[in-house]
Amino acid sequence: MGIPLRYSLRNLRTRKLTTVLTSGGMALVVFVFAAVQMLDTGLRATLVATGQPDNILVTRRAAGTEISSAVERAQAAIIEAQPEIASGEDGQRLVSKETVVLITLPKRGTGVATNVTTRGIGPAGLELRPQLRVLEGRMFRFGSSEIIVGQSLSRRFNGASVGQRMRFGGREWTVTGIFAAGGSAFDSEVWGDADQLMQAFRRQAYSSVVARLTEAGALDTLAQRLEGDPRLTLDIKREREFFEEQSRLMSNFISYLGMTLSVIFSVGAMIGAMITMYSAVANRVAEIGTLRALGFRRASVLWAFLFESVLLGAVGGVVGIGLASLMQLVQISTLNWQSFSELAFRFTLTPRIVFSSFAFALLMGVLGGFLPAVRAARLNIIDALRAI
Amino acid sequence: MHLIKLIFRNALRHKLRTGLTMLGLVVAILSFGLLQTVVDAWYAGAEGAAPNRLITRNAVSLMVPLPVHYRDKIRSVDGVQAVAAANWFAGVYQDPKNFFPQFAVEPAYFAMFPEYRIPDAQFRAFTRDRKGALVGRKLAQTYGFRIGDMVPIKGTIFPGTWTFVVRGIYDGADAKTDTSQFFFHWDYLNETVKSRTPILANKIGIFIVQIADVDRAAEISEEIDALFKNSPAETLTETEKAFQIGFVKQTEAILIAVRLVSFLVIFIILAVMANTMAMTARERLGEYATLKALGFGGGFLAAMIFGESLAIALTGSLVGVVCTFPVAAWFAAQMGTLFPVFEVSRETVMLQSACAVAVGAAAALLPARRAIRVRIVDGLRAIG
Repeated sequence: MGIPLRYSLRNLRTRKLTTVLTSGGMALVVFVFAAVQMLDTGLRATLVATGQPDNILVTRRAAGTEISSAVERAQAAIIEAQPEIASGEDGQRLVSKETVVLITLPKRGTGVATNVTTRGIGPAGLELRPQLRVLEGRMFRFGSSEIIVGQSLSRRFNGASVGQRMRFGGREWTVTGIFAAGGSAFDSEVWGDADQLMQAFRRQAYSSVVARLTEAGALDTLAQRLEGDPRLTLDIKREREFFEEQSRLMSNFISYLGMTLSVIFSVGAMIGAMITMYSAVANRVAEIGTLRALGFRRASVLWAFLFESVLLGAVGGVVGIGLASLMQLVQISTLNWQSFSELAFRFTLTPRIVFSSFAFALLMGVLGGFLPAVRAARLNIIDALRAI
Repeated sequence: MHLIKLIFRNALRHKLRTGLTMLGLVVAILSFGLLQTVVDAWYAGAEGAAPNRLITRNAVSLMVPLPVHYRDKIRSVDGVQAVAAANWFAGVYQDPKNFFPQFAVEPAYFAMFPEYRIPDAQFRAFTRDRKGALVGRKLAQTYGFRIGDMVPIKGTIFPGTWTFVVRGIYDGADAKTDTSQFFFHWDYLNETVKSRTPILANKIGIFIVQIADVDRAAEISEEIDALFKNSPAETLTETEKAFQIGFVKQTEAILIAVRLVSFLVIFIILAVMANTMAMTARERLGEYATLKALGFGGGFLAAMIFGESLAIALTGSLVGVVCTFPVAAWFAAQMGTLFPVFEVSRETVMLQSACAVAVGAAAALLPARRAIRVRIVDGLRAIG
């Protein structure tokens, strides 16, 4: 027969301060554990949302990023003529030849000079990115010095509101609109006409070419044909995969650092649980003796103490996840090392993270309480009853 | 004297509990120190900057190049001693994971960075070999580069695979010098690019400008930028330190997060330590009452509790601080060139010690208050 669960619960209630301190330490560890995963998930979600599944993105071979890439006009024309590229309603090919330039803008408030991606698009550029909506103002006109800015960028930088002007590339550019792009990396970008930007920055080559495939499966045949073409030294990828790769370095950094920290910190919290449980056992030797004398078995005593410790972990887990869920209100913006430009993303809480964080909390409870529970279970009845 | 004796006896009464608390402190203080050092390592580039060096780059952004002929115009500015061009190469050695900075530089570059110590014979061999490369000691150790080795690097900005021959290995003047860099000839880069991808030729990433008078840095910077005002490629000139800090600032969000997290571990250990002291005080309430009955005052009890808490906190932290150095050295070796400079600073050790004192004192607060307030009758009646 088992010892009632109420026994363990009541023990925690009697020593409130100890319970609060022990689960408080665990809560902080769970907070770190969850927050790091939320950050990583948010970063990846932002970059995955940037790519459309049936779009391809062409860059120079081994360039890896759009800013270090260059696609010459002739090469871009060859891509445009491929049969696997879909056509729009007007019969024009769904191809956007784009130019990507990094410009430096001062951040609102701090004035820190920050790299911002400026993307020049072709006429089909918007149709290729259906996630993009103009929230305020209007779309820029092709052939003019007009630009639109992403909503997270508009919030964080000076001069990025509708009607204001920005100066770069030896020209004044008028902001005509602010757009939302479904929480993707585009939200941190400035968009304008590719030809205008290329003139301003005296560029002869595009940075990348984005195109829609007639069907998603056509990529392999297209890639094979283009690879064999000696005029082209280009890499062709699905747009989604391309942007996913842009998150890899940062994502690895965050998850490695986060996991290492969580594990190290959890050692501290588990030691806390161990101290608490050892003293719980030491203070209740006579009580344990009585329980044994009443007929409860060693295993029951072990479970009762282990359960008490797991409860501590559970309280810590709930509080920690609660704290971490508040982090969803925070938006973080930092330089993405791979694209070398500013990227804004949110802490994103998923059911998976809630589950794994809670499991982590329970595990801390089990590991911290196991040795003390074993000690309680191994007490000799006679000695225990004699203890004061 | 009695007080100190009592403190030590008390601390050792529950050997397991004290031992575990100290172990927790060691882990916490150690990880706190490492995290602080990681943040410091980020700022290391700015720390190593010399005040007599300016950096001129394109005003649009670092990724937009400048024409090569700017060099002579910059040199003509009054107060400028020397100018050297440098291009960020951004190549990949075997795997993108193996990150280390590569720069194509002009020979004049090395005279401006006296902190890179290169044996004369090796430097001559480097200047004579068009495909020669100079590598830092740390980089050489990480990848086992030796003089005469061929190093193939795949270009991301400059297409193709480039093979360099290691001609020299430089050491740093002190521990703060970055010895994880890879230098080769700008001329070699430019000539090859001319034939392979002409649109990238005759372009410079940054100019390093050496000035004679440090106090005129701001004035000279303005003068250089004025030269190219309203030209197709306007420049931005700033001190090397400002340039380096500009990099760090952009990743500041991550640095702030790491700093915050490093303080969280202190709070975690504070909770553990406070718990230990609270349990101790609860168990000894009867003894406190006895001491009071014997005529000892609240101050004596408080001193006893604070003393015990501080003794445990400081002993644990001392071990933690001492462990920080070998662990940091091990960590730096594992990270290789990712953190060019990884040194535990004096400030870090001071912060660690301050945290230890704060944790020890804060943990004793509640128990001490309870011991002072407890009435003798209640205390004697209490059971742990």
